[in-house]
Amino acid sequence: MTLVIAALVFWLVMWWVNQRLVAIDTGLNVGLARSINLLVPVIFGITLFVMWELIVRGLEVPFVLLPPPSMIGARIASSLPTLWADFQQTFIKSVISGYILGCGSGFIVALLIDRSPFLQRGLLPIGNFVSALPIVGVAPIMVMWFGFDWQSKAAVVVVMTFFPMLVNTVQGLAAANHMERDLMNTYAASWWQTLTKLRLPAAAPFIFNALKINSTLALIGAIVAEFFGTPIVGMGFRISTEVGRMNVDMVWAEIAVAALAGSAFYGAVVLIERAVTFWHPSIRSNQK
Amino acid sequence: MTPQTKTIPVLTIIAIIVTIWYLCVVWMNAPFVYDQAERAKVEPPAFSELVSITMAQERPVLPAPHQVAQELWKTTGAMALKGKPFSKRSLIYHTWITLSATLLGFLIGTALGVALAVGIVHNMAMDKSVMPWVITSQTIPILAIAPMIIVVLNAAGISGLLPKALISTYLSFFPVVVGMVKGLRSPDAAQLDLMHTYNASKSQTFWKLRWPSSMPYLFTSLKIAVAISLVGAIVGEMPTGAVAGLGARLLAGSYYGQTIQIWSALFMAAALAAVLVMLVGWAHTYVLKRMGEKPQGAIA
Repeated sequence: MTLVIAALVFWLVMWWVNQRLVAIDTGLNVGLARSINLLVPVIFGITLFVMWELIVRGLEVPFVLLPPPSMIGARIASSLPTLWADFQQTFIKSVISGYILGCGSGFIVALLIDRSPFLQRGLLPIGNFVSALPIVGVAPIMVMWFGFDWQSKAAVVVVMTFFPMLVNTVQGLAAANHMERDLMNTYAASWWQTLTKLRLPAAAPFIFNALKINSTLALIGAIVAEFFGTPIVGMGFRISTEVGRMNVDMVWAEIAVAALAGSAFYGAVVLIERAVTFWHPSIRSNQK
Repeated sequence: MTPQTKTIPVLTIIAIIVTIWYLCVVWMNAPFVYDQAERAKVEPPAFSELVSITMAQERPVLPAPHQVAQELWKTTGAMALKGKPFSKRSLIYHTWITLSATLLGFLIGTALGVALAVGIVHNMAMDKSVMPWVITSQTIPILAIAPMIIVVLNAAGISGLLPKALISTYLSFFPVVVGMVKGLRSPDAAQLDLMHTYNASKSQTFWKLRWPSSMPYLFTSLKIAVAISLVGAIVGEMPTGAVAGLGARLLAGSYYGQTIQIWSALFMAAALAAVLVMLVGWAHTYVLKRMGEKPQGAIA
């Protein structure tokens, strides 16, 4: 019981610290404001983990239900080779290849139908509709078609990422306004020149939006597809078998890796976005 | 863009897709037919014959659209006509199981999302500490944790609807939080100042200004949330040993190679998603109309 009380006290103290940190008037000191913005969520995160640890141990929750973070950490440290093999199979092979193929083909199809308003009007509502569908359901079909190895997982990822990319690119290509296009016209710019110099840069925020959505979708697709049959390696495979054997700490270790990979993937896309669309108001407003 | 200008292009695209589908049916199912003919040591069938054979296989690699439609009718309408729409072999029963988990998860997720958003808008510390973690929480592939949550909760004696609903909750609270935070902050400074000059209290400002002006954002998020909680419910049904629900049908179909069953479950799920999104869309228009606002660009 003391541990639970300790957890609550810890939480209250940290909450108070955060309140004080937020209340600091940073004035024009950009460095201070930035470090506060970074520090506050980090403190919150640490609080969550400490409370998890203390409460699980304090209430003596069976480890099968919810292992404390320290146990998960120990498990990660002791089974690095297995985790690395799973990571390679699921992330490097299925997710990355599927992501590139899916996003690439969505982008190319969007360019192809760019000149036909008829096809655009037809494809946009369908694309929007398909984006709302539970596409992970195609996983069993893909496993049947492409076999147990990573190709079928990549195929699921392709199907999942294709439509968000298509819809966003088509919308992005329409984002440049008439004045700008007329200007390109007066320069006698060809369709290709208008595309590379005006419309693609204008579409970049939309395209990056799709890339961000897809980065999380891709990981989900690959892992779920592995529930339908895999060779004996892979994050989804490991999760489903270790759950069966009640090795819950291993499952959580795998989840931690997935979370880390997912966040890193998302973060990488965000960094590229900042570098490419540095001119966009939503990014400039963060820098002042 | 008026609906009329959309209908023809959309129908054209659908026609193209169905045509391609039929072509693929012949192309993908033909190897099996040739294989059979070779094993039986008979001449492979002529092309015209081949086409009809590929479209009537029992376990095709790719079932033809009309086969899927037949299966759908057999497991829904025909069962209902026989007077047992809720027997375990009927797709209506499985759809209902999935739907109930979806709706429960959607409701909890919405409530949680709105509550978090209200907290975030009114408390600086919460804004700075919770918001980044809300975003991080979505980069975690939650669906990967789904089997784990289900099995663990089962071990703890909680089974049935709630575990599945919890996965839906986790997925659906995120769009609601993001949309509501944006919506509750959408009143501009002049409007907030006006409330200030009226000497309105915090709760009055909230109920009379912030809440109404967040409605368009809320409904746009709800559309995403309801679609995603259906995905959560379906995936949540997979690891429970394929007992009931659309996800279970998918898994059972893939174990026994029943492709037609997989496709019909998939189409049912698609139809369900479409209906749910449409219902939220209607509620959107209705609420905005009652508020005296013209529905505009916010409706996707």
